[in-house]
Amino acid sequence: MAKISGRIRRYPGFFPMTVLCLILLYSPLIVVAAYSFNDSLSITLWGGFSFRWYLDVFFGLEADKFRDAAWNSLSIAFMAATASTIIATAASIGMVRGGEFKAKPASFALISLPLMVPEIVTAVATLIFFSTIGFARGYATILVAHIVFCIPFAYLPIEARLKGIEGTFEEAAQDLYASRWQAFRYVLFPLMAPGVVAGYLLAFIISLDDFIITNFVKGAGIETLPTAIFGAVKQGIKPNILALSTLMLLISVGFVTISYFVSRMGVKPGGYRPSAAIRKKKGV
Amino acid sequence: MEGEIEMPAVELQGVVKKYGEFVALRTIDLEIKVNEFFTLLGPSGCGKTTLLRAIAGFEDITAGAILLGGERIGDLPPNKRPINTVFQHYALFPHMTVEDNVAFGMRMLGAPRSEVADRSRKMLELVKLGDFARRRPDQLSGGQQQRVALARAMAPRPRVLLLDEPLSALDLKLRHAMRVELKQLQKETGITFVFVTHDQEEALTMSDRIGVMDQGMLQQVGTPREIYEKPNNRFVADFIGETNLFDVRVSEVGERGCVCAFGERGSIGCEATGRPLVGAACHLSIRPEGLDMRSREDAESPLGGKVEQIVYLGTDTQYLVRTPVGELITVRRQNAVADGVEFSVGDEVSLLPRPGAARLLAD
Repeated sequence: MAKISGRIRRYPGFFPMTVLCLILLYSPLIVVAAYSFNDSLSITLWGGFSFRWYLDVFFGLEADKFRDAAWNSLSIAFMAATASTIIATAASIGMVRGGEFKAKPASFALISLPLMVPEIVTAVATLIFFSTIGFARGYATILVAHIVFCIPFAYLPIEARLKGIEGTFEEAAQDLYASRWQAFRYVLFPLMAPGVVAGYLLAFIISLDDFIITNFVKGAGIETLPTAIFGAVKQGIKPNILALSTLMLLISVGFVTISYFVSRMGVKPGGYRPSAAIRKKKGV
Repeated sequence: MEGEIEMPAVELQGVVKKYGEFVALRTIDLEIKVNEFFTLLGPSGCGKTTLLRAIAGFEDITAGAILLGGERIGDLPPNKRPINTVFQHYALFPHMTVEDNVAFGMRMLGAPRSEVADRSRKMLELVKLGDFARRRPDQLSGGQQQRVALARAMAPRPRVLLLDEPLSALDLKLRHAMRVELKQLQKETGITFVFVTHDQEEALTMSDRIGVMDQGMLQQVGTPREIYEKPNNRFVADFIGETNLFDVRVSEVGERGCVCAFGERGSIGCEATGRPLVGAACHLSIRPEGLDMRSREDAESPLGGKVEQIVYLGTDTQYLVRTPVGELITVRRQNAVADGVEFSVGDEVSLLPRPGAARLLAD
């Protein structure tokens, strides 16, 4: 590995290209994070360091709105991640341990389709679906939509983990008098747990920061953090939005980091990386 | 048990296994006795592992019956068969301690807590790992993991223990030491062992009886001595140990043996399996140590030629002799039995089969 990266480093333009990419990717985030500590009403002119906009998020005029939105976001993320992880775990066992069946490639395509379909299409389709069956838009529609589109994100790390677990462990368990359920409960599930935790965290974070689908299916009078921020920005960007965005960024980075390390627990290097799924989702 | 005829530990009746068109096992009939160390020996792909997995319950058989102590177990799932397996790569549960691994089977059977703890400790002591109970499998060496796998499989007191090439992952020295240990464990515990291997030396040194398999069929079942000295067919003779095979024609069939001819060169007497037909083309097998080597002037024999190569092997010396018709014959002479005769490359020699060493084989 060291040899190859050494060779890449000697490509002409390697260094400027790297710097350019890093600046394009991260300077907006750094600016937002830095100006969230700005002691001024302007979002472009530096007026000294302060925590006033963080205090404003929690105690200012819009604090109630943000608190409701945050509660909706977190409770939906919690439930959507839980439900989608359970479904994804069952799906991965069916796919990886179910032997060969005719519809296997089709099943995999169906499970991972939401990663490929443009999110706006999913959003419109979901909205039309809810309208057609006469499902009143609100908290429940957001939750159902989130459970559905979180499944592939939970599925991928779980499947990757499960594929790395040899079938002989379950055979050994059954050979030692465990029923199929006991073999799952005492042997397979503990071994795949890091993948399940990683999948859960990934699903949680994807739900937490989804905007497009949520905005379509949420109905009037209910907001999640992303839609609340979007609504606030429409009336002009106040520095408290920068503070709120920075907080969300921290939570997301924290979760993804945990997910990354958990999914690698006891796995040889070169396995599945959760960040790949996020990159796909964001279309970067 | 008085007056009762002892049931075989495992009985296979016409067991057939097909994967689609491919026939992995063709009509296997076999009885494995109680307390026996039975080895299934064969090259890879011969069906020995499939047969083991069928006994364990991991493979459904296409036809036939598997009986354990006289009861049909063919329809039972693996967890309902009082049979345990030592897997090729051990399959120790990596998230459990050594102790929990050993206790797993007994816990699943619902044994009382105190008994589980007691027996786990005893089993670990039996395999000399008493001090390693709290370790995790990945903190143990290959040989230690192997012994944990043995303890885990024997702890629930199975009627039959299946071992799927358990020594193949160990280095040579450890493998030799484990052979002795395995045999000893089998004697101490009195469990019937069914051992699968492709290593003929392993099979010969440990087994009470060996079943040699090839192409999904049992080629021969017998004691190591029978298999080595009285092979039934060409495959067994060739697979077990080293042998010289000759194309011959049967010229006489008598009560105790027969005579076969090496074309124009003459003929020799030999033993045979069954009663071959006079005039039939057969194979004759003579082991390298079954040939007595003499100087051409001292003895006459249809077999003989020029010494082409001499390899010193410590206890033995191996000679390669080229016959006038171009065959290469391997001869092995013990160095300790000094008969004063030394041979060197280029010598003209005669090769005389020792009594009982020449064996006529069915194909």
